[in-house]
Amino acid sequence: MKERQSKPGAKRYLGAIIAGAAFLIFILAFPAYREQSLSMMTYQAKTMLLVIPPIFVLLGLLDIWVPREKMIKYMGKDSGLKGPVLAFLLGSFAAGPLYGAFPVAAVLMKKGASLFNIMIFIGAWSTTKIPMLLFEMSALGKRFALSRLAINIAGIAIIAWAMASALGKEEIEKIHKNIESLE
Amino acid sequence: MALNKAVKAFESILPQFLVVLILVAITLSVLDTTTISRCLGTKSGIFGVLAASLVGAITLIPGFIAFPAAAALLRNGAGATQIAAFVSSLMMVGVVTLPMEIKHFGKRAALMRNIFAFGFSMLAALFVGWVVRL
Repeated sequence: MKERQSKPGAKRYLGAIIAGAAFLIFILAFPAYREQSLSMMTYQAKTMLLVIPPIFVLLGLLDIWVPREKMIKYMGKDSGLKGPVLAFLLGSFAAGPLYGAFPVAAVLMKKGASLFNIMIFIGAWSTTKIPMLLFEMSALGKRFALSRLAINIAGIAIIAWAMASALGKEEIEKIHKNIESLE
Repeated sequence: MALNKAVKAFESILPQFLVVLILVAITLSVLDTTTISRCLGTKSGIFGVLAASLVGAITLIPGFIAFPAAAALLRNGAGATQIAAFVSSLMMVGVVTLPMEIKHFGKRAALMRNIFAFGFSMLAALFVGWVVRL
């Protein structure tokens, strides 16, 4: 197994330690917000802890079960129309908030999915999830939800295309390298 | 083996994860529903749309809470365009989750995606507002 290239423990957690200190100062300085921010924190921590472990176990399985050649064939640079369609469906059938998409995207990319397809995947995950759509229709109306869906499908493609062209080959290569070093 | 990989992958994002958790706790305690509804009134116009997008961008609320809340705001006189801007940027833009995104895609790509998504969510809102008014 490859040695980890990341920074040593204490340094990696520096940001978290600073944020923790800032939080302490915040609740001491503004006691009015204490209760709400603490209950918000436990609530979010609970959701995150419910969402993240299943995603990571699935990721571990994906990493082992899906061979690189398959991923390149279906979601790589030369996958044609298959890639974006598959990426869109994968994202739309996912569950969980947007931050759950990043580690999944990382594994897909490590396996050879192209940046364009990854951006489609992230776009779909963020906004065209099917259960959420049904919920949106019942809460905000069909007209609202379906028109938002229509414009979002166009928007996801436009954003993915704009990202891929604005970043350029070298930058994309760098992103691929960074993701491969992530473990 | 798979479980081992899962644990390692999780530990590798844990520092960013903790930062996000704290940022969410602070922003959501300051931006409560009354503050949000004040920003999104029907007469708030383009500033309302901008404010709605900003609020959506920095908050992290799960859909099953955001949709009923948005529906309640609509019934209480918020504009459809403003609500669409809020919902769209809430889902596509993640300011507090930026540390996690940067870790995976680098600063440039992560910022770029969020800026594009922010601009797009306002355009999408204008479209949705127009369709709802038809």
